[in-house]
Amino acid sequence: MTAVQNRTPRPAAQLPPRERLSRWANKNRKWLFAGPSMAFVALLLVIPLAWTLVLSLTDSKRSVRRPFDFIGLENYVEALTDTERFWPSVGRTLAFTGGALFFELILGMIIALLLWKPFRGQGLVRTIVLLPLVATPVAVGMMWRLLFEPNIGFVNEFLSWFGIPAQPWLADPNTSLATLTFVDIWQWTPMVALILLAGLTGLSEEPQEAARMDGANAWQRFWYVTVPLMRPVIIAAVLLRGIDALKTFDILYATKGKGGGAFHDVETLNVYAYGLSFDYNEYGLASAVLILFFLMILAIIWVIQMQRKATS
Amino acid sequence: MTALAEGRVSAPARRRRRPFRWGPVGRFVGLAVIIVMFLGPIVWMVLASFKLNVQIYDSSQAIIFEPTLENYGTVFDPRRGNYLVYIWNSFFIAFMATGLSLVLAVPAAYAMSRFLMNKSATTVLLARIIPGVSLLVPWYYIFAQLRMTGSFLPLILSHMFVSLPLILYIMMSFFDQMPEELEESAQVDGLTPIQAFFRITLPLSISGIATATILSFIFSWNNFMFALVLAGPSTKTLPVAIFDFIGYASIDWGALMAASVVVTTPIMLIALFTQRYIVSGLTAGATKG
Repeated sequence: MTAVQNRTPRPAAQLPPRERLSRWANKNRKWLFAGPSMAFVALLLVIPLAWTLVLSLTDSKRSVRRPFDFIGLENYVEALTDTERFWPSVGRTLAFTGGALFFELILGMIIALLLWKPFRGQGLVRTIVLLPLVATPVAVGMMWRLLFEPNIGFVNEFLSWFGIPAQPWLADPNTSLATLTFVDIWQWTPMVALILLAGLTGLSEEPQEAARMDGANAWQRFWYVTVPLMRPVIIAAVLLRGIDALKTFDILYATKGKGGGAFHDVETLNVYAYGLSFDYNEYGLASAVLILFFLMILAIIWVIQMQRKATS
Repeated sequence: MTALAEGRVSAPARRRRRPFRWGPVGRFVGLAVIIVMFLGPIVWMVLASFKLNVQIYDSSQAIIFEPTLENYGTVFDPRRGNYLVYIWNSFFIAFMATGLSLVLAVPAAYAMSRFLMNKSATTVLLARIIPGVSLLVPWYYIFAQLRMTGSFLPLILSHMFVSLPLILYIMMSFFDQMPEELEESAQVDGLTPIQAFFRITLPLSISGIATATILSFIFSWNNFMFALVLAGPSTKTLPVAIFDFIGYASIDWGALMAASVVVTTPIMLIALFTQRYIVSGLTAGATKG
């Protein structure tokens, strides 16, 4: 960088145009390189987001072209006082994300530990673990829909071998959210496992050895040595997976349809906002819900980032 | 490291002559459970796609049955909608979105990494955080005003909205780890910084670019929500086409599974051959701490 700035003996005006352009481009390369991407994101993110913010203050509904009136914070009040749809969706979003993250971390850690040390067939197992996370979520939803089908699905067939009675799974509003949380766990535990495995591979052997010398058993070495060293990686995995889990849409909408099922039993905030926007055309209220949802995500990220800062 | 690990596990056992060790058994059982848990459902889906609905309903024909291609015939039946077109649409959109995102994001990632533009990077990464629905209503309105609904452009742009931050994120952590000395020595040899980027840095970044390309393609191929809103009848992508399979009367399970196999097979094949890249891309940045 400095090398170039030093070799500018002649004044720019005397140079041929091509050279001048090149010099200008090199001088401004920072924004020349980053500018187009930032402009793209600004066009597709900042303007629409501002628009959504405006819409959230209006009574826009039915058609986006219909003229609307500003009604202040009424949509926010409506959402925040709505105990029928809004708050249950918040609860479902948090339950889904929390449940999924909890099991994905535990199972992901177990899988990562199993794959940590080399063994014969390791490559094969790694490949198999990779398959769920590249599979198309809609197709994954359809696949589990058949497996969880109360009458013909394999899951109930399997349970019947152990004398466990058939469960309704997705057909029952009481069990459908938990069932879909399981599907999320099936699809995304591999991702958490791979991130944790990458973290484990980067650990040095010495702390482990030292703990072994001090007579620590396998569990103590894991809990008091490995986990603290892995803390930044674990937080990164929570952050990456948590954001996506909060926004889960595909498997919920593909398996239960509009409104998250007849009893809104899997209606998370994202599904609720999508329904308001495109199934019921309540743009004003939808926008308010989305802004609240976005603020919620930002708050959660902020809390996790604080945790991360506290570690380092 | 390998030798150390092996030696450590077996040495005490040999010394003490323990009759039985649970470690390897537990590991074997654990690995077997992992394989069955993750592969089983996929195998089941593939098997069901080759069964008539009568066979799907009959548990005695779970594994051993006479396979049929009828479901694939149903999926590709022109009267149901043209699946070959949907495959092409999915491919074309993923290809264009990935290609254009690469052109924009790779130089941007380089600039943001080298000039430490953390604020700019955070702004772009906001695109990964924001719920897509909150942008879809304005997008839909804008594209309708520009009379572009039903064309490929809205789909490509919306998929780029996912691809671009993803590529930027992966490439930034790639450039962060790349030493600057080579570029600097190239500049001492008389290349301008931009020339140094194109002739030195870019050729050395092929593996990072491959990682970003593959992941971007997969995410675009799998995307459901944007196409659900923005696709017209002739620009429909595969995930939306599968979703359209249900919704009417009773579910044709065999055909639904065949359609699901059609959408997942290409992506799983890509994954089989490029798994090293996928893993490094998914874990990019996460292990930096």
